[in-house]
Amino acid sequence: MWLNQLWFVLYVVIIGGYVILDGFDLGVGMLSPFLARSDHDKRVLLNSIGPVWDGNEVWLVLGGGALFAAFPFVYASLFSGFYLALMAVLLVLIMRAVAIEFRSKRESARWRTTWDWFFTISSTGIAFLLGVALGNVLRGVPIDDQGNLTVDFVGLLHPYALLLGVAGVLMLALHGGIYLTMKLSDELLERVERLVPRLVVAFFVVMTVVIVWTLFLPEDFAQNFRDRPWTAIFPAAAFVAVVVAWRSIRARAHGRAFVASATMIALLMASVAAALYPVMLPASNDPANSLTIYNAASTQETLTVMLVVAVLGMPFVLLYTAGVYYFFRGRVQLDEDSY
Amino acid sequence: MRDVLLDRIQFGLTASFHFIFPPLSLGVGLMLMVFGIQSVRTKDPKWRQLSLFWVRIYGLIFAMGVATGIVMEFEFGTNWSVYSRYVGNVFGSLLAAEGIFAFMLEGGFLGLMLFGGTRLGNRMWLFATSMVVIGAHFSATWIIMANSWMQTPQGFEIAQGPNGPMAVMTNFWEVVFTPSFIPRLLHVIVASWMLGAAMVASVSAWYLLKQRHVDVAKTMLRVALPVFCVLSVLQAGVFGAQQATVVAEQQPVKLASMEGLWETRDCAPLYLFGWVDTNSETTSGVSIPCMLSLLVGFSPDTQVEGLDEFPVDDRPNVNLVFQVYHAMIDLGMLFVGVSALVAFVAWRRRLYTSRFVLRLLVVNVVLVLAAIMAGWWTAEFGRQPWIVWEQLRTVDAASPNLSTTTVAISLIGFVLVYAVLLVVFLWLLNQKIQAGPPDPPEATEIESLPDSFGEIFARRPRASSRVG
Repeated sequence: MWLNQLWFVLYVVIIGGYVILDGFDLGVGMLSPFLARSDHDKRVLLNSIGPVWDGNEVWLVLGGGALFAAFPFVYASLFSGFYLALMAVLLVLIMRAVAIEFRSKRESARWRTTWDWFFTISSTGIAFLLGVALGNVLRGVPIDDQGNLTVDFVGLLHPYALLLGVAGVLMLALHGGIYLTMKLSDELLERVERLVPRLVVAFFVVMTVVIVWTLFLPEDFAQNFRDRPWTAIFPAAAFVAVVVAWRSIRARAHGRAFVASATMIALLMASVAAALYPVMLPASNDPANSLTIYNAASTQETLTVMLVVAVLGMPFVLLYTAGVYYFFRGRVQLDEDSY
Repeated sequence: MRDVLLDRIQFGLTASFHFIFPPLSLGVGLMLMVFGIQSVRTKDPKWRQLSLFWVRIYGLIFAMGVATGIVMEFEFGTNWSVYSRYVGNVFGSLLAAEGIFAFMLEGGFLGLMLFGGTRLGNRMWLFATSMVVIGAHFSATWIIMANSWMQTPQGFEIAQGPNGPMAVMTNFWEVVFTPSFIPRLLHVIVASWMLGAAMVASVSAWYLLKQRHVDVAKTMLRVALPVFCVLSVLQAGVFGAQQATVVAEQQPVKLASMEGLWETRDCAPLYLFGWVDTNSETTSGVSIPCMLSLLVGFSPDTQVEGLDEFPVDDRPNVNLVFQVYHAMIDLGMLFVGVSALVAFVAWRRRLYTSRFVLRLLVVNVVLVLAAIMAGWWTAEFGRQPWIVWEQLRTVDAASPNLSTTTVAISLIGFVLVYAVLLVVFLWLLNQKIQAGPPDPPEATEIESLPDSFGEIFARRPRASSRVG
């Protein structure tokens, strides 16, 4: 049974990896209209994520595959249950990729502006939808005794989930802004340095509301926080990380600010995981129907095989992810290969 | 049980559209590795010039593959939740292994490959390219492995899960090495290499017809055409032909459908083209007598099982399978003819001037892609009515909680977005081809780039040292 627990942790790591990595390039997309004043600015912003955004999205693929392998019942129930929302995310992801590839291919100003709006709206939309999805997972969804969700698209859009959508947008905008402080120079850098503290305040206010609302929700996971008070260490440490990020930006220690921001996201993911554990998808109608790390998992044999795969593969994944970021470190300059 | 037609159309559409790009990235990747190796060996800047040109096209293909591939990773869960629960233990782990071993390798090194042309020396750029291309081949390996398990499942037992029966892995290596896996993998990889070579040949031939970049085009043809000619012969004679034996042994009803063979018999014919009438249970067309028996058992006396051995409910749509299969093999034979023609005109030293052959080479790539698609459809239509061969039927595998309207909405979404995507792809591809190869860099310029791990990681940030 320790395998189930370990796979739960690994799964949270993969999702955390996705949110931290693709998170900043989504954030760059959201902030683009607030920062760029010229076409050159826009291209600099786009090229700050140029060599890495494709690789970052691969973490989402990994998240899908790992969920299928380790917790197939969650994979089947969650994705068929959130059908239209997930389809919207997938189609928006595609349009975002198209916008990135397409915008600089013609000189026309109207052409570029159109694709820039696609880029911004799709980046924001993905962050929002993922937040809404998380809100629904936290709050619980109706699940029948066959494991099928009995909720339609509109049923997913209740106020708590929408609030998490907004929190998701602000969190990734902040994360993207902090990433940009490492990548920009001159006037663009000054602009993003002025913007980040405002984003910190906005995110902080929204997160406070989220946490308070969460604690007063009747569902099991709020009870989990009350039953296991030590898990409060995760949100508390996340709070410290936000403060560190904010102070680092003021001190112009951009690298440290990014580490703090990434740590904050990791800690918030850990908070969610600790609150849910051992449930992965709570049933709001009948707790007996909840999908847990035990009843929704693959067999011990499969989890063992998958563990071997992960132990063999993940070190390389982390190694070359780190290598690529190291290689493309430094502030953006445009050249002939640029978008 | 609900009507699964729309789910099938959506899955077929998204999988087929996705399947344009992975074979292209395998094949063009192989060509890029050849250019990279030549660049290291000869230090001639023209090879780097070719790499710089094709890596841009590769980037476009790869981006399309990722964008459409993400959809595939989730679509089993969205539309086929019963299937996902049934196979998660077995199939899911192969997909996840693909993600960890292969896709991350590609994604990780892609940035280095795409942006390495002006930043890396010959050896390091070849290294980055090789990592991406090997990653792409790993990726294909895991996916064909997973699909082969659906075709010829083994290494599992059926256990009672929380929501009905499910397949439980009993032996990982039996799951990996199902009887159809290796032959199908070789067949697909050789086809993908043919596609890459045909793609490079097509662009080169077009340049020669237009008298643009003539020297570069000749160099590309000299690399691509020998690869295409050898592989097309091997594909027809060995890797493709081998499929008949495997399918006859493992999925006889599929083979019978491919050839429209209604009665078990020896000296079974191989059709060149024809039409299957399912009502009268007859097949008409032009055929080579005994050829199917020869292919399957290397002797005209070989008994080949016909459709009469199988209940109607266990047969696929026979005419559909027959037609797509024959589209593939007819095109395969055409490629052998094209190769012979190319070899002949090259021998007569008229390759670069024969407008007919050059025109043929320009369109050839589309035919290769069509053959690949037809082959994939043969495998997948031929698997019906099963989603997992003789274990789970497609009609029983769909998500029960989706309405027809819901699936229709997403299907319309996919049709619209993929139409845009296709236009974008063709437009950008054309633009890159029209732009042509960049000017070759100076040899001294290449020499000055870092060409070992030590040099790369000892440097100050290169991104800031460059002025655009």
